[in-house]
Amino acid sequence: MTGNLLELKGVHTHIGAYHILHGVNLQVPEGRVTMLLGRNGAGKTTTLRTIMGLWPASQGELRFRGESLRGRATPDVASLGIAYVPESMGIFTDLTVQENMVLAARGARHAGELDAQRLEWIFGLFPALKKFWLFPAGKLSGGQKQMLAVARAIVEPRALLLVDEPSKGLAPSIINNLITAFNELKRQKTTILLVEQNFNMARALGDTVAVMDNGAVVHAGAMRELADDQALQQRLLGLSLGTHQ
Amino acid sequence: MTSAIAALATGAAVPKARFDWKPIALLVGIAALGLPLIGSPSTWITLTVAGLAMGMIVFIIASGLTLVFGLMDVLNFGHGVFIALGAFIATSVMGGMSAWAGDSGAANLVAVFTAMLVAMAVAGAVGWAFERVIVRPVYGLHLKQILITMGGMIVGEEIIKVIWGPLQIPLPLPDVLRGAYLLGDAAVEKYRVLAMLIGALVFAALAFTLNRTKIGLLIRAGVQDREMVESLGYRIRQLFVGVFVAGSALAGLGGVLWGLYQQTVVPQIGGQVTVLLFIVIIIGGLGSTLGCFVGALLVGLMANYTGFLAPKVALFSNIGLMVAVLLWRPQGLYPVTNR
Repeated sequence: MTGNLLELKGVHTHIGAYHILHGVNLQVPEGRVTMLLGRNGAGKTTTLRTIMGLWPASQGELRFRGESLRGRATPDVASLGIAYVPESMGIFTDLTVQENMVLAARGARHAGELDAQRLEWIFGLFPALKKFWLFPAGKLSGGQKQMLAVARAIVEPRALLLVDEPSKGLAPSIINNLITAFNELKRQKTTILLVEQNFNMARALGDTVAVMDNGAVVHAGAMRELADDQALQQRLLGLSLGTHQ
Repeated sequence: MTSAIAALATGAAVPKARFDWKPIALLVGIAALGLPLIGSPSTWITLTVAGLAMGMIVFIIASGLTLVFGLMDVLNFGHGVFIALGAFIATSVMGGMSAWAGDSGAANLVAVFTAMLVAMAVAGAVGWAFERVIVRPVYGLHLKQILITMGGMIVGEEIIKVIWGPLQIPLPLPDVLRGAYLLGDAAVEKYRVLAMLIGALVFAALAFTLNRTKIGLLIRAGVQDREMVESLGYRIRQLFVGVFVAGSALAGLGGVLWGLYQQTVVPQIGGQVTVLLFIVIIIGGLGSTLGCFVGALLVGLMANYTGFLAPKVALFSNIGLMVAVLLWRPQGLYPVTNR
């Protein structure tokens, strides 16, 4: 059994006057894919942003490899080996694909210093990035931008990937492409915390799952259990697999 | 460079972005339109060089302002104080070195460049303090930024009056920079050629830094999305302080050039050009260095052409230019996409 790479205990987050997270408890096991599910407004994005230090936790414990993340600035959190792919993708649209990748590789000063072997592996996952290498990222399609966002997160080995709704607004073929890529990362024992609304994608990728509602985790367990229990899905997520297959 | 990346960089199948030439074409078009309106080619050459020199100086001053706004969303209405500081330091340095320089052309040039270096160093240091004391407490608060940076400029001007006095101080060009080169019937002032060269050098240095270095990449990315740059593990606050200091130093350099251009210096010299600076960075596209460059040259040409053709409308010509550009491109000539 693997240990938890990331652990949240009783985490509260306020954004201005709004109390968004109400004591989130979450475990992310090392080398596994943990799906964070829930309806809109449940607090999934806020949880990821709180882990990254983009919105500070007002109460509770956040531990990564046993070290506290509370009070750490976002660059310090990232330097621990945590990569973040926001819902907006965070692509630098005026920069080329190459420049986006160089920026994400903290150890590289220019394209020549990118790890060529790893780059080839990334191109294998996302061939479009090779084709549009010198193209401004703003000119890419939505799916290609999402590929770039994920590629940027894995341009160097990272301990943990936080990915926020990668399938949002994408065509089914692109989603399949992303599932293939995440499965490849999963095979390499990359630890991933993935927020997702698309249950089919969650079912295809997740080892464990946490379901959020009203700023708290209301269910946690194996993904297979939730995937096999339509009544539980209906109760927690308001969906049934019959209409989503 | 590894073979995989080298192949990518030279691959024939790789699509590349097209450069947007239209704003450059507008600049060339305005210069070309000026010729028949002015009539005399020699006068046109003189005015065009004067306009480009003025534009280069304005670019040097405004480039820091546009980056500071682009990177941290800070509206620094106190930028003018660094211009004034640079100009007054030039009066002290050049005045102090005048006895040593004597009539020697080379020594006088050394005095001018020393004044530029000292002005940049002092303006950069004051810029560092200005950011810590005045700007840092008001990040993200635009109204407070406007009020406190304007207040900072007023305080700065008063300190300048305490040090150098409230009256205007002459800043004459040394003899070596007086006079003009004759191109046929056209007279091109030597100092304006020097100003153009320095402006071109600053633009080249900025373009190299922004496009060919990792620091430049971080600045360009930070202008678009600060939060994402931090999420990638970079401390944007330190980068911002660096850009603020560099921008202040450039304003100090611009102050020396502007003071020599006017040949007199008053404590309000910075405030007098602040409106022009904001016109330039708005025309160029907030946060865009290339836009700032093209915008400054447009403003310089427009000011000189209209000053010759219709002096009464010259005061408003740049406002008109800004309105026209914004009607064509509401986000400026080279908009920064994510802003």
